[in-house]
Amino acid sequence: MRSDPRPGERAPWGLKIAAFGAILFLHLPLLVVFLYAFTTDEATLTFPPPGLTLRWFEVAWQRADLWQAFSLSLRVAAVSTAMAMLLGTLAALAVVRGRFVGRELVTLLVILPIALPGIITGIALRSALSLSSLPFSFWTIIAGHGTFCIVTVYNNVAARLRRTGRSQIEASMDLGADTFQTFRRIVLPSIATALLAGGMLAFSLSFDEVIVTTFTAGQQRTLPIWILDQLTRPRDRPVTNVTALFVIAVTTLPILLAHKLSGGGGREDR
Amino acid sequence: MRRRVATFLFRHPRWSLALLLGPPLLWLGIVYLGALGALLVQSFFHIDEFTGQVVKSFSLRTYAQLFSPANLDIFRRTTVMAFAVTIAAALVAFPLAYYMARYARGRVRSLLYLGVILPLWSSYIVRVYSWKLILAKEGILSWMFSAVGLGWVLESILSVPGVGGPSLSFSALGRFLVFLYIWLPYMILPIQAALERVPKSLLEASADLGAPPGKTFRKVTLPLALPGVIAGSIFTFSLTLGDFIIPGTIGDSSLFIGQAVLRHQGTAGNVPLAAAMTVVPMLIMAGYLTWARRLGAFDAL
Amino acid sequence: MSAAAVRFVEVLRHYGDVRAVDGVSLEIADGEFFSMLGPSGSGKTTCLRMLAGFERPTAGRVELHGRDVTDLPPYERDVNTVFQDYALFPHLTVAENVAYGLTIKKVARPEIRRRVDEALDLVRLPGYGARKPGQLSGGQRQRVALARAQINRPRVLVLDEPLGALDLKLRQQMQTELKGIQRQVGITFLFVTHDQEEALAMSDRLAVFNQGRIEQVGTPAEVYERPRTVFVAGFVGTTNLLLGALAERLTGTAGPAAIRPERIRMLAPDAVPGADEAGAAGLIREAVYLGMHTRYSVELDGGGELGVVAQNLDLDAADAASAHGRRVQLAWERSAVRPLVG
Repeated sequence: MRSDPRPGERAPWGLKIAAFGAILFLHLPLLVVFLYAFTTDEATLTFPPPGLTLRWFEVAWQRADLWQAFSLSLRVAAVSTAMAMLLGTLAALAVVRGRFVGRELVTLLVILPIALPGIITGIALRSALSLSSLPFSFWTIIAGHGTFCIVTVYNNVAARLRRTGRSQIEASMDLGADTFQTFRRIVLPSIATALLAGGMLAFSLSFDEVIVTTFTAGQQRTLPIWILDQLTRPRDRPVTNVTALFVIAVTTLPILLAHKLSGGGGREDR
Repeated sequence: MRRRVATFLFRHPRWSLALLLGPPLLWLGIVYLGALGALLVQSFFHIDEFTGQVVKSFSLRTYAQLFSPANLDIFRRTTVMAFAVTIAAALVAFPLAYYMARYARGRVRSLLYLGVILPLWSSYIVRVYSWKLILAKEGILSWMFSAVGLGWVLESILSVPGVGGPSLSFSALGRFLVFLYIWLPYMILPIQAALERVPKSLLEASADLGAPPGKTFRKVTLPLALPGVIAGSIFTFSLTLGDFIIPGTIGDSSLFIGQAVLRHQGTAGNVPLAAAMTVVPMLIMAGYLTWARRLGAFDAL
Repeated sequence: MSAAAVRFVEVLRHYGDVRAVDGVSLEIADGEFFSMLGPSGSGKTTCLRMLAGFERPTAGRVELHGRDVTDLPPYERDVNTVFQDYALFPHLTVAENVAYGLTIKKVARPEIRRRVDEALDLVRLPGYGARKPGQLSGGQRQRVALARAQINRPRVLVLDEPLGALDLKLRQQMQTELKGIQRQVGITFLFVTHDQEEALAMSDRLAVFNQGRIEQVGTPAEVYERPRTVFVAGFVGTTNLLLGALAERLTGTAGPAAIRPERIRMLAPDAVPGADEAGAAGLIREAVYLGMHTRYSVELDGGGELGVVAQNLDLDAADAASAHGRRVQLAWERSAVRPLVG
């Protein structure tokens, strides 16, 4: 509602229960994962857990295949984020500052990879790859990830640019700075936190991604793919639990940071 | 030197635009649109029954295959689930969205917002995995039912054909729960956004004109929130149509569109059929989107 | 002969079918406080932007001190601008904002510090250097913008409706201050505004814009007392516009003419106008008491209406109220009637 509730205006308790119930519904399952990471039970998923232990953390630590998957996920996320930050910023600058036909089309194009279900993006990329007989590799994974990560950076930077107003750029040029100097001294500082926030979201998105990656990865396994394998052919239940916990942590942190950078509370642009 | 380039760019804004827009547009245009185009093209090819190779000539044979009973079954199953999930998500999301838009303030609001955003952006695979743990026969859900003596309720639900199965983990109900859980944030945010746009003065005017709260809700709030619900439904519907991980992890061996597509393009090597099957949800969504646009859902995005 | 500080030569600016600036030629002398006055959309802001370098003329030339700058980007022109929204850089302190132009030019640090202090003193904000723009009030921000613009010692300073966002009292105060600064620093000021009172108060000369063209250029007195066109007469101050039959009756010629309401005397109904005066009789339809003066609308016997403004030298509110419906004789000097063009 466009104005804040008057102080003392209370929600009906039924509404409160439904609302907080929904939030709990959203988060309790993750607690379950948390719990299961400590269970002593090796084979089944019995609840309540027969005992608690930290053993699995150590076991996971020793697993070479886990480290490989983690390293791959990290590298993919890093490069995809860099790519998204570059392309997203360029696109945002063009759309917000420029005057040309088809501005909305550009926005649509940027959003499309993430708006269409992952399977479409995945299979499209895969069939394009097989048509061009390019081998699946590190770079094909990045091609997929980078493409749909562009939108997070684009949205954040565009929103910030719109708020900045063009007279600052004119003032800078008026005072003697050319386009590049103005970009470095005025534009970049103004979009810095938005750029970072978008980048963090992109990192999280990429690290967690599994659908498109299934199609573009060939033989390699990112961490989510590793977990996916475990889902369909479970072999190492306890270690999987630990890994799952780890993935939650790694993907949650950047989002919290991004939230902080974008000024906390309020509405993000998706 | 730099000055000369800068001045050139200043005097020729088209060049600046080209430099800015070029890389992203080239990438998205060539890689992404190109890939989509390649997919569409592939759907018009077909598999030669004898050689098993892809025949690269235009034909509608592959599309004809879509009408086989097995495939129609797949479409029906997926679409029904999409509907069910959408409706349920709307029902569950609404109170939370309403609370966030109307009553939450300051820190509470910020926390709630974060609470919705986090699952949205992170941990898709882990969240699916978590339900594998929850729905297991020996897992927490069964345990909860037995602990309060309602084990027989669970049994009877599971014996309902079409919904149940040997255990929650292998049932359509299980799939439904996971879908609902995963897509819920996508429904919450647009509804919250739409509700936030309702000026409080409208509600006050309605009360002022004598409408009791229930009526105000039905006649003022609900219609104004509808675009948000529809916007959210776009996500839940489209995501369900395309997903293959959830039905692959939970539930029996009955296939959803996403799984069929994966299967066809994988070892079967039948990329044309996979492509054709992908076109189906795309068409459904295109139709859905046009209808949603007319109802104003796009403004709520 | 020193070149004019600013010259517009037949400048045109089209946006498709819209002629924002439709053939403007203008010369501004060195050290002048020159105003461009006109309603929104009259082209004055566009001219300003073409001078500063943010827009390029579709045709014509812009010259700065004899040099053709039409094609030069803003950072190569010796013009600085004070923007309507001040355009201060929020991530820099006040001192860094003011020093911006010098920093770009790579002036030595101690020199920068000295000149920044000087500039802040000039706008009466000494010691504000460490603050951020977000911590300042509107008036303070405006002064920082001014300090930032003039520190580069440009030969021309352009101000785009800088006082628009300030409230009345502050605006009047800033008007005096700006004028003082201009005299002190000696730079040519080009001041854009839609407030004619402001333009009259501050300018050495002003140009009245309408629909992309200049209708008149002159000193405030010239423009006010001898308006050239119907638009200028109506826009600068209030006036009685005499057209057609009414003009014929009152002045003897058919052409459009104007007479200022303060030039019309109100006499007793049986009084006779003086030798050089013309007159008309009528009935007070409305009297609005405005404290310092009263504004009357007088319905003339032969048809038509004239507005009269008279200082309340020995009148008060009660008198004004009772004036309603009273018969009067109006008289004015024939020379006070200005014939107009257009």
